[in-house]
This record gives sequence, structure tokens and C-alpha cells, in this order.
Amino acid sequence: MKQSLTLGKVTKFIGIAGLLETIKDLFTGNLDKEDFKNFLRKVIMPLASVFLFFAVWYFGAKSLHDIEADRLIKKALVEQGPAEAEKVRACIESGEKTCQPNSLPSPAQVWGAYQTLLADHYVIRADKKAFIEKTAVLNAKRVANGEAAIVYTGRPSFVDQIFTSIITVFAGFLLALFIAVPIGIIIGLSETLRSSVNWLIQIFKPVSPVVWFLLVFMIVKTFAKNSDADSAFIICFISVGLCSMWATLVNTAMGVSSVDKDYINVAKVLKLGPMQKIFKVILPSSLPLIFTGLRITLSVAWMVLIAIELLAQSPGLGSFVWEEFQNGANDSNSKIIAAMFVIGIIGFMLDRIMLTIQKMVSFNKNDGI
Amino acid sequence: MTTIIETNSANTYSENGIVYPSSNVMLDLVNLKKVYPTPNGEYIVLEDLNLQIMKEEFLTIIGHSGCGKTTMLSMIAGLNNISDGTISVLGKHIVGPGPDRGVIFQSPSLMPWMTGLQNVLLGVNKVFPHASKSQRIEIAKYYLQKVGLENSFNKKATELSQGMQQRVGIARAFAIKPQVLLLDEPFGMLDSLTRGELQDILIEIWNKEKITAVMITHDVDEAIFLADRVVMMTSGPKAKIGDILNINFERPRTRKSVLEHDDYYKYRKHLIDFLEH
Repeated sequence: MKQSLTLGKVTKFIGIAGLLETIKDLFTGNLDKEDFKNFLRKVIMPLASVFLFFAVWYFGAKSLHDIEADRLIKKALVEQGPAEAEKVRACIESGEKTCQPNSLPSPAQVWGAYQTLLADHYVIRADKKAFIEKTAVLNAKRVANGEAAIVYTGRPSFVDQIFTSIITVFAGFLLALFIAVPIGIIIGLSETLRSSVNWLIQIFKPVSPVVWFLLVFMIVKTFAKNSDADSAFIICFISVGLCSMWATLVNTAMGVSSVDKDYINVAKVLKLGPMQKIFKVILPSSLPLIFTGLRITLSVAWMVLIAIELLAQSPGLGSFVWEEFQNGANDSNSKIIAAMFVIGIIGFMLDRIMLTIQKMVSFNKNDGI
Repeated sequence: MTTIIETNSANTYSENGIVYPSSNVMLDLVNLKKVYPTPNGEYIVLEDLNLQIMKEEFLTIIGHSGCGKTTMLSMIAGLNNISDGTISVLGKHIVGPGPDRGVIFQSPSLMPWMTGLQNVLLGVNKVFPHASKSQRIEIAKYYLQKVGLENSFNKKATELSQGMQQRVGIARAFAIKPQVLLLDEPFGMLDSLTRGELQDILIEIWNKEKITAVMITHDVDEAIFLADRVVMMTSGPKAKIGDILNINFERPRTRKSVLEHDDYYKYRKHLIDFLEH
């Protein structure tokens, strides 16, 4: 069955279908009085909350900015005298970028930073394309002579960093999946194993991502010494995987061990073999819990990824945030906040994707999630 | 108590003076005992329970809640350990569960991720491994038709109503061609209309297949309508068989003929007197 991707499906997917429907009704005049409450709940209230959010942000940023500006002026007054202080005040009020105090950026500044980042991306992309064209002939020659081709080593753009982060998180997620699901099934099947490894799970589950990173670093360092592999990426995704796999491990073990007794009895009465019992009864019945675990794992993976990239200096969003913080340029703070929104939105999208998959495998459609 | 059951030798067995050859015995419970350990010592659920069930017999068991009926049935099914005594099917002691004893559970216990057909096939595939795939599907479909689900082969178990699910449960149990069919209050969760329907379906298939059946029920009318003999169990602890009532209605029966039979109220009174004594 071919399914087209319609606006309706997209909006339903991200959970704002009701809002758009109601707005459509409003403009087409379909809205009768009974729907007014609905309209209030689905359109006015969400819009109001968005407005409130930006208002708090705007005024908060403004007052923080004013406090910082006052400090700058006072400092100038004390150290350099009234004439200089007046100059500073004029400079700040003129809106000149270079003399703005370093404080929480306003929504407008963040929007500006976001556009700068996008523009920067196009510049870098063009640069990269030009580089590849320029070196195409030379590279063909080098490859023919058995030498390594020259690759572009310029800095990555913001968009490149987003993709690096997404790739890293998926690699980590797959690692978690391939470790946690099989182990979860095995320990779920055996009560003895479950109680014997329980201490291990309980101790390692709450370990912080930073410590996981250090542990993985200690181990990978030994192996990656003489290899060409991108060790920052490897350390990053392994740490992310190890850090986030616990939810899946625990959920899988729980799902497998708590299969409805009726199903087990049916399997016993029919004398299903162990393999049939696992694949026809136990696994299908624990799939919903396994996917709940995977969903938690993916959101944890995305959350810890930023911290781990920051430490590993892997060229992703985490290191972007850290570099901007270290950089301390005028628009650094705005870029950090822009990155924060991007991180949040991607995390939200990843969660929605998992939720959709989770709903697909859930055999009981009435299960509230 | 007027009934005397004695197992005098391996070859014959007598009850109320009628002697049956032992080859007619399908299911034989001898000195059955079930003990659950509790912090305050042992709790004896069943003790010295003796019962023989004939081939092609439909037996219903009635008794108060918690008297150990279900424990007994799940011991026969092999899902519950035997503390003492033996259970044998056709003279062979049972060890654990097996497809020679089909079970219809109180809740339909269908795999919700499978269709009705797949649920029935799960058992059929196991019991007829040498049949071709299409033959096995034929068997499964035959029994689903028998329970009136010819239009719902490919519906997911969750899309079926409780009554329909239990129909699949009946089809699943019959389709594996068991020696003994064990029914643990299979209609207890259904409304009375659906219950009547399913009783008719059950007895219709049973008339064809004549599989030895042991059914637990709380419903006196159901017990009389379906059974050749009704076993009344005493209340626990140490529950045993209190009384056995032979139901001498001819088969095939219809609900109407049973209700109009002269003996019906006599049987009913007997059972209710026992339960209320």
C-alpha cells in the first residue's frame, strides 16, 4: 500500500493536528458556538503560552542586559571618568554590536544568530564544493599513482555538526540496541541470571555520562593508538550507547520476565519448544515494553550526546556549544541558545519517531502511552 | 453421601454397583493430594481425592469458590505439581503438560498479536508437524467454522469480542485433537446470552468429537445441561469429592428438552442442596 505524505499526516505526527483543523474551521466558518471552548483550548491557549514564553524571555533578557549595561557604565565611570562613561552609554544605546554587554540574548538576537549560522553553512558548502572541483584532477592523478586523495579539512558548518551529532546518536543507539535487547532477553528468561547480575545493573545504571566517557576513553585509547579510525567519534558513540542502554536492558528483562501467565500456560499446554516459545510467545508479548525502553534509550542518548561530544571534541553540536562558549564573541551566546533550540527540536522529533514505531508494535491499541 | 467409589483392582472399577472394565477409563486420579507451604505450616488443598473419568464422558465439577477445583484441573493439565498420588491418562502417569490434554482457560488467553487463525494454528502446527501447511490451515479453518467464526479468520484477537475470543479458544482446544479436554470455567466471564450460545457450540462439537471432557463451572444449569456426571466437591481445606450425580438425559440434548424433562428439577435440587448444606 502506497502512502503519501500529506500535511495532515505530518501535523498529526508532530501532534498539532487539532490546532490546524480548528484554525481551518475558523477561516472556513465551520466553527459553531459549541466549538468555541474547543477553539479556546486548542488554539488560544497554546498560542498564549507561546506568546507568554517569548514575553518572559524578551523582558528577562532586557532586564539582564540593562543590569550588565549599568555595570559597564559604572565601571567606566570609576576607572576612566565621566566622559568615557558617557561614550560607553552612547555606544550601548546606539545598538552597536561590539559594545553590547555579554548577557542572555534576546529572541531577536537568537533569530539573527540562527540566520548567521545558516548563511555560514552556505558559504562553507560553496567553499567545499569549489575545493572538490579544484582538486578533482589532482586527486584523480594521486589515486592513479596509489597516493591518498586530498580531502577537505576546513571547519564544519553548523548544519554539518547537526548531522554528525545525529549520526553519532544513531550509532550509539544501535550499539545500545544490539547489546541491551539480547542481554535483556537472556536475563529476562532466567530468574537466576537476573538476580545474579542485578547488582551490576543497579550500580552502572546511574553512572554519569561523563564517567562513561572517561571509562570508554581509557579502553578505546589502547585499541585506537595506531589506527586511522576517528577515535573521537568511536569514543563518543560507544559512551552514548553504554550510557543510554540501561533503560532498554531493564525494560526488555522486565517485559520478558513478566509475560502474561496465561500465554505461558498456553505455550506449556501446546508443548511449544523453547525456540518457538521465545519467538512466538515471549518476544511478541514483550515487544511493547522493549520499544518503551528503546524510546527512553533514544531520548537519553540524545541528551547525553551533547555532554559527551563536548568532552570528546567530536565535531558535533556538543562541541559547537562548548566552542562558542569558549569563543566568547558577541553573538556566541545567541548561537548557544540557537543550538539549544535545535537540540530540543531534534530530540522532540526523535521521540515522536519512536512513539510512532512504539504504537505500531503495540498489539493493544488501547494502551495509553 | 450415597456414592461409593472404589478402585479395587487394575482391571475393573465399580461405582454405584455398576462395574466398568478399566479399559474404559480415560483419566484416573488416585489418592491425589495437593499441599501448599505457608509460613504457618502446610495448607492442604486436596487430600485423598479419587476419581475415574470414562472415555467419551462429559464430567462437570461444581463446588464453592476456593475449594480447589481449579487446582485439581491444573494438576490434570500438568500446570501444577502433584504433591502426592497419581494422575494417569489411558493408564500412563502424566509428567507435566502436553497436547494430549487440551485446556480451555477461563480467560480466552489468545495471543493478542496473532489473528484467530494463527492462534489456532499455533497448536495445530505443533500437533501435526508432518501435515502440509495447507492441510494444517484446513484443520484450523474447519474448527473455526465449527465455532461460527468463518468470517473472522484474519481478525486480530484484540478485534474480537470476549465471546468470540472464547470461541477461538474452543477451536484451538479441539483442533489439537486432545484425548482429554479440560475446561476451567470457560464461560464464567461471559454474559448469560453469550454463555448459552457458547454452551450450544461446545456441546455440538463435543457430540461430533466425543472427547472426554472435564469442566469446572459455578453454574448449576450449565453443569446439568452439559454433563453425564456432575461431581460435587466439598469445601476446602482438604477438599475431596462429596457426591456424584449421574445425569441420565439422552444425547444429543437440546436446552428445551432438558428443561422440560421430569428429572431436571430433581437434579437441580440435588445440586443446590449439596451446595447449600
